[in-house]
Amino acid sequence: MARVQLVDLRKTFGAVQAVSRANVVFEEGSFTTLLGPSGCGKTTILRMVSGLETPTSGDILIGDKRINDVPIHKRNLGLVFQNYALFPHRTIGENIAFGLKYRDVPKEDVARKIKESLDIVRLPGVEDRYPSQLSGGQQQRIALARAIVIEPDVLLLDEPLSALDANLREDMRVELKAIQDRIGVTSIFVTHDQSEALAMSDKIIVMSAGQVEQIGTPEEVYNRPASAFVARFLGASNLLDAQVVGRDKNHVVLETPEFGKTAVPLSHAATLGQAERAKLMIRAEKLTLGPKGNSGAEAVVETVDYQGQLARYFLRVGDTQMQAMNMIDEKPFLAGETVSLSLNPNACSALPEDKQE
Amino acid sequence: MSDQSLPADRRPWILLSPALVFITLLVVIPMAFILVYSFYENIDLAVDVPAFQFGNWEELLTDSYYHTAIWKTLRLSFIVTVLAAVLGYIPAYVIAMTRYRHKWLLLLLLILPFWISFIIRTLSWIHIFGNQGALNGLMNLLGLGDLPIQIMYTEFTVIVGFIHVFLPYMILNIYVSLEGIDTNLEPAARTLGATPWQAFREVTLPLSLPGLAAGSLLVFVLTGGSYVTPLILGGPSDFLFGNLVYDAVVTELNWPMGATLSFTLLFILGSVVVIYSRFMGMNQLAKAFG
Repeated sequence: MARVQLVDLRKTFGAVQAVSRANVVFEEGSFTTLLGPSGCGKTTILRMVSGLETPTSGDILIGDKRINDVPIHKRNLGLVFQNYALFPHRTIGENIAFGLKYRDVPKEDVARKIKESLDIVRLPGVEDRYPSQLSGGQQQRIALARAIVIEPDVLLLDEPLSALDANLREDMRVELKAIQDRIGVTSIFVTHDQSEALAMSDKIIVMSAGQVEQIGTPEEVYNRPASAFVARFLGASNLLDAQVVGRDKNHVVLETPEFGKTAVPLSHAATLGQAERAKLMIRAEKLTLGPKGNSGAEAVVETVDYQGQLARYFLRVGDTQMQAMNMIDEKPFLAGETVSLSLNPNACSALPEDKQE
Repeated sequence: MSDQSLPADRRPWILLSPALVFITLLVVIPMAFILVYSFYENIDLAVDVPAFQFGNWEELLTDSYYHTAIWKTLRLSFIVTVLAAVLGYIPAYVIAMTRYRHKWLLLLLLILPFWISFIIRTLSWIHIFGNQGALNGLMNLLGLGDLPIQIMYTEFTVIVGFIHVFLPYMILNIYVSLEGIDTNLEPAARTLGATPWQAFREVTLPLSLPGLAAGSLLVFVLTGGSYVTPLILGGPSDFLFGNLVYDAVVTELNWPMGATLSFTLLFILGSVVVIYSRFMGMNQLAKAFG
């Protein structure tokens, strides 16, 4: 077990900047998620830590040791692949024992370790079967067992759940997190699935186009996104063009055509700086619909996505499209209805405008 | 599926029937003729008398000349197969693992030689190893005089010729099975502590064995059945069993003996295929061929 540190880590493929100057610390024993859309560089970082990819510049440290030049097979890492990557010509027992062969584990301990790791992933007694005789979820557990049986310094998980079907995925993510808690191994998890990231992580690193956008706890990343990209990528949010019209000790006052003046707490505007223009961000679930005539902006319901206990509304306020997610009180508002839309300023964030704009 | 008109177990036979008809007409019946012919008696050049006698078979079983030919054939086929397997694995591996975008080009290069007649390809070695060939010319040019040993018309040139012609079959078979291996397996083995060589030996090599086995069988059988290559590239003692068939049928015009020898060669190579597929498992071969 060890902490992992990336120092100015950079990777280019030809002219493409896959990862630009990543500076990240993965704390010892923590579960950290690299989250982002495909092509954002998250898998490249994982592959560089594992040694399957060579950094263009910068350092990777495990513990206090720089491992850039350590060959893959000497890094002592456990890597779990999206497609399991079990050896089809080997039994489950042989698959799990594969890494033990290179570690001078006494013969009598090998069988015990195989058994222990199968107990951890809750699949006892499958030693003599072949990978093809197991289901996808079971194969992924074996892949996990194979990675943890070598007691790696770091466990690397490359979208390990995305090949599983939806129900299984949710069960497995609870289980995976429980296993990680139990053995306490420093884990780096790569995913593009925000709900996995939010549910499992101690810390989330949100990435976009090779850049680290934000590092924080799930709650921080969700409630206080650092950029418009993060706000858009996690959850359903509304981002409105706004003018900064005032600042005081505790608030930044934003003015939008839709909602007029909104005083956003300074703690929700940490990345804004002294900009004149901003984005007012409000989560769909923090936007409340009320009957016409209540206080708030007047909006027209365009589409209702009924989901049982709650409904997702697609609305138009003036020329702006917005969405809201509300619990249903008796019955939902209907398409075509005019409603009043109110927001709680304390649930809003003031974000800098996108860099490219 | 609910097809009432035909029981399901008859359908495969109906689908197979055109192929079965062709195989019966063009392979089984002609071979039956050959078998019958092997009992005929040859009394003069091209004069055969229908009979049922075992003279030809007796000659085959008693004349050590034929036994030498069988031994030579099996030995040479084995040498060619082993060399082709070793030489073929490397390009197959490179083509399968390359990240080069135009992989099809490499495969095309592999198939390209098939566009030239195999006889012409075989003859080309005379221009390299012959007395007036490129190799000798180069030696002369460098002032080293003539080649100290005879290369052309030896077993060596026969082996070179066979490998030249059959190597693509080996490469393609190995390539197909390498191509089917999950590309994450070697990295997985590496992260678990295997060196590049160990990862190859423990994972890639065993998983590519079906292709290697299929390619080897193909090269072995193709070599064992050849007669043209030793005819063009070999010396007087570099004959294979196929050359005896050729001599009997074309030179001596003794068709009954030719039929006997043909059937023997068919039986030997057929036995190799049967024993081999028992040993390797037919499924493995089917997988590699498929």
